[in-house]
Amino acid sequence: MSSERATSGGLPVGPAGPYAPVPYRVRSRTEETADIATLVLAPVDGAVTPSSAPGQFNMLYAFGIGEAAISISGAPDGALVHTVQALGATSRALFAAPPGSCVGVRGPYGNGWPLERAVGRDVVLAAGGLGLPPLRPLLYRLLAERERFGRIEVVYGARTPKSLVFYEEIQRWRARSDLRFQVTVDAAGRDWYGDVGVVTTRLPDARFDPANTVAFVCGPEVMMRFTAKALLERGVPAEAIFLSMERNMKCAVGFCGHCQFGPEFVCRDGPVLPYARIAPYLGVREL
Amino acid sequence: MSTESPTARIARLEAHEFFRGLPAGLVRAAAGAAALRSYRVGEFLLREGRDAEEFIAVEQGKVALEVFAADRARLTVQTVGPGEVLGWSWLLSPHRWTLDAIASKPTQVVAVNAAVLRERLAAHPEEGYAFLLRLLPVLAGRLHGLRVQLLEADVL
Repeated sequence: MSSERATSGGLPVGPAGPYAPVPYRVRSRTEETADIATLVLAPVDGAVTPSSAPGQFNMLYAFGIGEAAISISGAPDGALVHTVQALGATSRALFAAPPGSCVGVRGPYGNGWPLERAVGRDVVLAAGGLGLPPLRPLLYRLLAERERFGRIEVVYGARTPKSLVFYEEIQRWRARSDLRFQVTVDAAGRDWYGDVGVVTTRLPDARFDPANTVAFVCGPEVMMRFTAKALLERGVPAEAIFLSMERNMKCAVGFCGHCQFGPEFVCRDGPVLPYARIAPYLGVREL
Repeated sequence: MSTESPTARIARLEAHEFFRGLPAGLVRAAAGAAALRSYRVGEFLLREGRDAEEFIAVEQGKVALEVFAADRARLTVQTVGPGEVLGWSWLLSPHRWTLDAIASKPTQVVAVNAAVLRERLAAHPEEGYAFLLRLLPVLAGRLHGLRVQLLEADVL
């Protein structure tokens, strides 16, 4: 049986209500690194997967263990793609979910990247570590509508060459002439011939017109803070820098307050937030 | 650079991002003490513990800065590319390199005799000050990068 998902007040609602996960089956699993896997999920009941915007997230439920907010890293026809790092009990279970197994899905939630702000402008995507998966759907959109945007510069940093995700896809992106994709790692052995240094060390090489640029940044908070600072120093206006924030999300619909960041609820008001709005809170200790 | 005219040597240094805009007298003095060097992939430019006798500005290619510990593999902690410079050990006593630098792409550098450069900077404090103002952001950048790496590594 095929059915559309309902919504309530703009929020997605599964058949059993807004807090009940919808069962999805793991259609395929790709191990990106020793502790990061990409799962392609499809609804068990054959329902239509809700459409999502680049930058949104779902709550993924490992049955009997727990729920975690995981960004959508792709949305091919009729399926959902999530890239999960094994960090805690829930994410370890999701990481290990084999093809054919079931996970629960609530969502999509959050506001996504403000793509329209980038029309007619140069675009910088800066990703640190697992910050690349939430930016991947955005990059797909930018490339699908390539003529609407100016230069596209991607700077992706990871700890080591072994912790790079989407490695083969990155090689294809790097081969394209209509975007520039820089990869850097924090440290490497002799078998790595690429750049070594944090993401901010590659920004001076990025070619864009700062006054006419929109930057989308995702990664560890410290990386985002320093990347935003480096972009500001290059002349990118604070209003044109967007960060995807990560906080401990529980309800995902703005009720519980677990993900509060200053006056913002990251699940409801974010996860993508303009730097100009949240800059005062990024420097607050233990916020 | 021995086959280049003095004017061409000066122009080469003036075109390098590090030297661009520095006092003309300093650039002329550096050009007079400079040599152009090329390195194949895997060749060392510097070795830890050896005398730091040159100030090296990268023109083309890529150089990996490596640290070494006996109990683990060599680790590249930074790469340096065109427009950047290698280290500051040549300026600080005892003038010995504190890491290895190895070409990770075919690389061309301008190597300025460190003794000549030190003497020039000491004899012309205004030039020395301008030079240090140019070099300090390099140090600050490396320090900043290490701080971010430390924070991201979540070791605190």
